[in-house]
Amino acid sequence: MHAYLTAAMFTLMGFAFVASTLLLSRLLRPSAPNPDKLETYECGPLPVGDAWQQFNMHYYLFALLFVVFDVEAAFLYPWAVAYKQVGLYAVVEMILFVGLLGFGWAYAWRRKALEWD
Amino acid sequence: MTIPNISFGPFDLVAVAPYVALGLMLATVLLAVPVLTWFERVTLGLIHDRLGPNRVGPRGLLQPIADGIKLFFKEDILPSNVDRRIFYLAPAISMMPPLVAAALIPLGDFRVDMGGGQTRPLTLVAADINVGILWVLGLASLQVYGLILGGWSSNNKYSLLGALRSSAQAISYELALSLGVLMAVLMSHSMSLVQIVQSQTGGIMHWNILGLFPFGLVAAGVYAIAAVAETNRAPFDLPEAESELVAGYQTEYSSMKFAIFFMSEYAAVVIGSCVAVVLWLGGWDPIHPVLGFIPGPLWFAGKVLLLIFAFVWVRSTLPRFRYDQLMRFGWMRLLPVALVALMLAAAMSAYRTDPSAGSRIPPKPEKPKPLMGGTQSL
Repeated sequence: MHAYLTAAMFTLMGFAFVASTLLLSRLLRPSAPNPDKLETYECGPLPVGDAWQQFNMHYYLFALLFVVFDVEAAFLYPWAVAYKQVGLYAVVEMILFVGLLGFGWAYAWRRKALEWD
Repeated sequence: MTIPNISFGPFDLVAVAPYVALGLMLATVLLAVPVLTWFERVTLGLIHDRLGPNRVGPRGLLQPIADGIKLFFKEDILPSNVDRRIFYLAPAISMMPPLVAAALIPLGDFRVDMGGGQTRPLTLVAADINVGILWVLGLASLQVYGLILGGWSSNNKYSLLGALRSSAQAISYELALSLGVLMAVLMSHSMSLVQIVQSQTGGIMHWNILGLFPFGLVAAGVYAIAAVAETNRAPFDLPEAESELVAGYQTEYSSMKFAIFFMSEYAAVVIGSCVAVVLWLGGWDPIHPVLGFIPGPLWFAGKVLLLIFAFVWVRSTLPRFRYDQLMRFGWMRLLPVALVALMLAAAMSAYRTDPSAGSRIPPKPEKPKPLMGGTQSL
């Protein structure tokens, strides 16, 4: 438990570090805002509309595939620690498991979900 | 290496060690950033055959301090269209993971002489968590939140595109990263960073990078590529590709908020190199036991410096990927290579230790030997 406490302490230190540098620079820096300066910077031209709108659907495909394969990796971790005790049986089982997911991956490849165009 | 026990009031060396490690790592990560920016610029200068920073201080050593002071005094522009709370939160979120991960990095291993011929083992680490490597991977994936929240809250099209690219890139290469790390876990049978290093003691031939040859090498390569991609550095610096996206998710950030994003990238480079040394290069283990008189933390620092140099070297040598190439490389090359290498390595290691262990078919009973020289004598 002690180790997790140390890690939590580091989290607090991280926030404290960011907060203190931002505060220090607030005390030091000049502030002279004007409406033109506070405009969204898109290289000069006036921005048209919000940036908070629809974007390419393809990003969601990668997110979906990521979830599948990340869960696979999460399953593989305890296996990697313990497979020595279980022996060859564990290896065969895991090759079957990865092979099944491999089918899904090959399907995504065939449907061009992994290509970016 | 045996060291004498020193007492600090009511505490002895063993009790103080975690705090020493904590202070050391925190100082390393925070101080490494200015030193690293100098190191990077000097190395780039060398490689490009030009001078690099040489005006401020001897050999330009004070340049990072001058840069830091400049950033403190810069006006902070808070654009009127941003989502303020998230805009402030994003740099903090991206700075945190490397700092927290620093707590888990083991720096060295000693034996403390307790007097009367007794010794106690002492590991210089702030927090030895038994699932440490999972913790590190989890933190690595948290870092992407800083980028995507920063890009989204800016309400700027370039920022949003940069952030989207960044998150897609980060999750794609995170798979390869975790599969690369998995190989080290497979070879060391532990998820604790301390135990992973301890399983590699005995010189370069015992390090994971040469374990289960050639699969250790393949996995280390996969890890290296994925780590460069995860830290968003060249040739994988598409999120902030300045020639296409102005500065990507950082476009609207100025002054200290920009500096914190900048620092988090360098801190991530340091931590990525530390984890690579722990997983593949034997941590504090000397290259040959003969050189064991050099303290472990020095070995560790030396290896980390070597990897950081490699980061800079790669940056100065390779051109930036195109986005479709990046995704294709991640999903169609790196991922299958990592998976196949992992399965082959597991099979190889299981076969090496005991070919029949755990299989359900009992080994065939040996044929009884013919008693009188076989049948042909009849």
